[in-house]
Amino acid sequence: MPNPATLKDYFFESRLVMNRAIVMLVFAGILILVLFARLLYLQVIAHEHFTTLSEDNRVKLQPIPPNRGLIFDRNGIVLAENLPSYRLEITPEQVQDMDATLNALAEIIDIREVDRSRFEKLRKRKPGFEAVPLLFHLNDVQVARFSANRHRFPGVDITAGLARHYPQGKLAVHALGYVGRIDERALKDLDSSNYRGTTHTGKIGIEKSYEDLLHGKVGLQQVETTAQGRVLRVLNRVAPVSGHNLYLTLDSRVQDAAERAFGDFSGSAIAIDPNNGDVLAFVSLPTYDPNPFVNGIEYSDYAALRDDEKQPLFNRALRGQYPPGSTVKPFMGLAGLEQGVTRVHSSTYCPGFYMLPGSTRKYRDWKHTGHGTVNLHDAIVQSCDVYFYDLALSLGIERIHDYLSHFGFGHKTGIDILGELPGLLPSTAWKRQRRDQPWFPGETIITGIGQGFFLITPVQLATATAALANGGRILQPNIVMAEQEAGSDELLPHQPRLLETITINDQAHWDAVIESMVDVVHSARGTARKIGTDSPYKIAGKTGTAQVYGLKQEEKYDAEAIEEKLRDHALFIAFAPAEQPQIAVAVIVENGGGGGSVAAPIAHAILDAYLQDTSP
Amino acid sequence: MNGALTRHRDDASRRGWQYRTHMDAPLLITLVALSAMGLIVLFSAGGGDIRLVERQLVRLGIAYTGMFVIAQFPPRVLLRLTPWLFVIGVLLLLAVLVTGETSGGAQRWLNLYFVRFQPSEMMKLAVPMMVAWYLADIRLPPHRWQLLTAAVLIAVPMLMIAKQPDLGTALLIASSGFFVVFLAGLQWRLLAFFSMLTTAAAPLIWHFMHDYQRQRVITFLSPEQDPLGSGYHIIQSKIAIGSGGLFGKGWMNGTQSQLDFLPERSTDFIFAVLGEEFGFIGILVLFTLYTIIVVRGMMIAIQAQDTYTRLLAGSLSMTFFVYFIVNTGMVTGLLPVVGLPLPMISYGGTSIVTLLAGFGILMSIQTHRKLLAT
Repeated sequence: MPNPATLKDYFFESRLVMNRAIVMLVFAGILILVLFARLLYLQVIAHEHFTTLSEDNRVKLQPIPPNRGLIFDRNGIVLAENLPSYRLEITPEQVQDMDATLNALAEIIDIREVDRSRFEKLRKRKPGFEAVPLLFHLNDVQVARFSANRHRFPGVDITAGLARHYPQGKLAVHALGYVGRIDERALKDLDSSNYRGTTHTGKIGIEKSYEDLLHGKVGLQQVETTAQGRVLRVLNRVAPVSGHNLYLTLDSRVQDAAERAFGDFSGSAIAIDPNNGDVLAFVSLPTYDPNPFVNGIEYSDYAALRDDEKQPLFNRALRGQYPPGSTVKPFMGLAGLEQGVTRVHSSTYCPGFYMLPGSTRKYRDWKHTGHGTVNLHDAIVQSCDVYFYDLALSLGIERIHDYLSHFGFGHKTGIDILGELPGLLPSTAWKRQRRDQPWFPGETIITGIGQGFFLITPVQLATATAALANGGRILQPNIVMAEQEAGSDELLPHQPRLLETITINDQAHWDAVIESMVDVVHSARGTARKIGTDSPYKIAGKTGTAQVYGLKQEEKYDAEAIEEKLRDHALFIAFAPAEQPQIAVAVIVENGGGGGSVAAPIAHAILDAYLQDTSP
Repeated sequence: MNGALTRHRDDASRRGWQYRTHMDAPLLITLVALSAMGLIVLFSAGGGDIRLVERQLVRLGIAYTGMFVIAQFPPRVLLRLTPWLFVIGVLLLLAVLVTGETSGGAQRWLNLYFVRFQPSEMMKLAVPMMVAWYLADIRLPPHRWQLLTAAVLIAVPMLMIAKQPDLGTALLIASSGFFVVFLAGLQWRLLAFFSMLTTAAAPLIWHFMHDYQRQRVITFLSPEQDPLGSGYHIIQSKIAIGSGGLFGKGWMNGTQSQLDFLPERSTDFIFAVLGEEFGFIGILVLFTLYTIIVVRGMMIAIQAQDTYTRLLAGSLSMTFFVYFIVNTGMVTGLLPVVGLPLPMISYGGTSIVTLLAGFGILMSIQTHRKLLAT
């Protein structure tokens, strides 16, 4: 048998290869048909679908942030505005040698190391054709210096934007609040579609509670972009709608007079128009400048504010909870009269202390020697504690709680600034629930002079004082007087909100209490007589002193001997003119000592600023 | 000897310029048309950058020159050189694995000091030549042991290239070797058996794959799973082709291509640019040109006068087809993404030189035939 490897059948082999080649061509043809079908599907059948996808790729919606509404006081003085702010930006792809450019720039404008490192960080996150900010808030000199040298710096530009600015600085910060950069947390509460393009949002105060009105509506433009987001041209544009302007009820002059009257003291003062609930002054001291917060305050500056013992960031007017002290006495007096527990002329003997029957514990009067025989009028004018110990005990805690809660004690007033605390008006139910303890008669006694568990906030106390002034109408404190749509001259006023009208059984009771309050200021024995002597209008007031430091039995309070932060808080409530009240105030001076000597003059300054105003 | 030469000259003069220049007119005209079409698409894919076109023109010039030179050598010279080319190729591949330069995560380049050289490109030709050389001497169809030898000749370079790793080229080389064996008459039952074996071995292959290769398979099966990551290429290229429609968006007007949405658009994904800007009609033209080339190549194989050239011509033509079908299949989302350029169209140097060298061999085979008396 011949070797098969050597005996090749050429004819057979050429037929074999030809057959196989034809098989391959047929197979290739099938594959081409499959591909053909696929392309028919992509380009003809599903063409519409892919066209849509391609348009979605190409056309992007770009937000145009609206201008934030301005904030004015009641007289049209600007409290918050938007100022042009210049930023120095560099477009990396237009710069050949970044280091050289930065070094040359540093020769004409001071560039700090922090600016440089932040720039480098930002630069890495952005595509090269997008401008990266190097410096913010350039001043005029820096702008001028750069402009003169601009030709040396291709790819470096100054851009103008708007930045929130508070021209009054520290004034009324705790009411006004401020805006800050939107962070992750804030983003969750915001309508993200309306905030596309917005960099700042209200953080606290009115800036936060009226965020919806102030912000406005985002505008949009349709742009053609590349895959990297570079804008090639604008296809369509819907303009943004600016936010509403707000006119506050605050009166800058009154606010300023109030803040200055405090001197170095910490504390709070609220002035309210008792006729409509307008908040005329909203003071919480110490205060701080909100402007650094707008673009991110330096950490060390923030830490200094945060760790300051006087707590400037703390909103005392809304969140400071203080014992009302003797300022509660007019309300207690009304409670006693209206509930028939006491009468206008019935009197009590004050030996300088009070003891519960069958007990040896002495509840002392602030006046050691006692006030002698006093009726309600004397007790309010001289601020006799013993009279009110006795009255409180006769009323009992339940009746005290029920009557005082009509004045808004123990509830939030509902003022349109966020973060308000409710204070505390104690009751047996509260004590059982919160402390799991029964109520003791001794606790009723000290409640009668505004001590013990009883806590008020300055806003609450001012609202209650305004209700005293206007004959029992509880008006929700209102800080925004009117709003104004952008581009419109028309003011849309906010209406006063009446929360409750206190039923008066006998107008004589009310008149008697107010008469006593007038005599606190205008009579020879009044605890605030110092401010009454030269006042051309009649003031109705009540002093108060709230203990911070618990005295032991028989121990004597000596202001000089104890540390300042343990000294008593000084309080004063007042309204004026007494016959036709136009303003009601509550003043709390932390560690101020006496209500008559420290708090009353501050209240007087506020009343003067509002009532004796000669300027337009 | 003298007489043979004279007769040869006579043949040449009798059969016109094609035989004098050793060029094949149908192939040459189609290839040039394809190159021209490629340059037009490339200009658009490069965003109107003429420098890209110029560089490609230079490469095409080199590649066409190479094709012309190779076509001048009669096939018997190639036959004699075949074992040497193969052995040198394997040695170079070995050198790449030991000392090769890393580029883009894979070792494919060999630095020869004057030029960076990719031995796997050379193997695209050397492997089918070697298998054809081996099978040309035995009686067809090959027996089991001969098949095994052929399999080893294919598998050794293929595995070395897969190890670099360059899966696309490895598969291409494997298929070019397989085509030789298939043309040589691989028995159908054996083919069926091996197909089943491969299917059964799929999990084993999966096991030996690199993570990025596995990712490509996963992406192929469901590109929408990771639209911004590995699925991005396929999604964007489907959008480009689909939105092109019947007539396309017009030259230089493809939004997917011109606005950078389409990645790799001047290299592996250039087919999508064509589909977007010239539409279904443009693709039809491209298909026609490719089909002419493949059919002409197979005709050359059928007409070839000995087994070596028959096997080699058939394999080279079919490999060209695989190139085309794998690239278009990948860009249209029919096949997983393997890094293979669109032959003659994609921007890039080495592969075009290899491709045209292959066509040089085809032309040599066609134009060195002896006239047989009929």
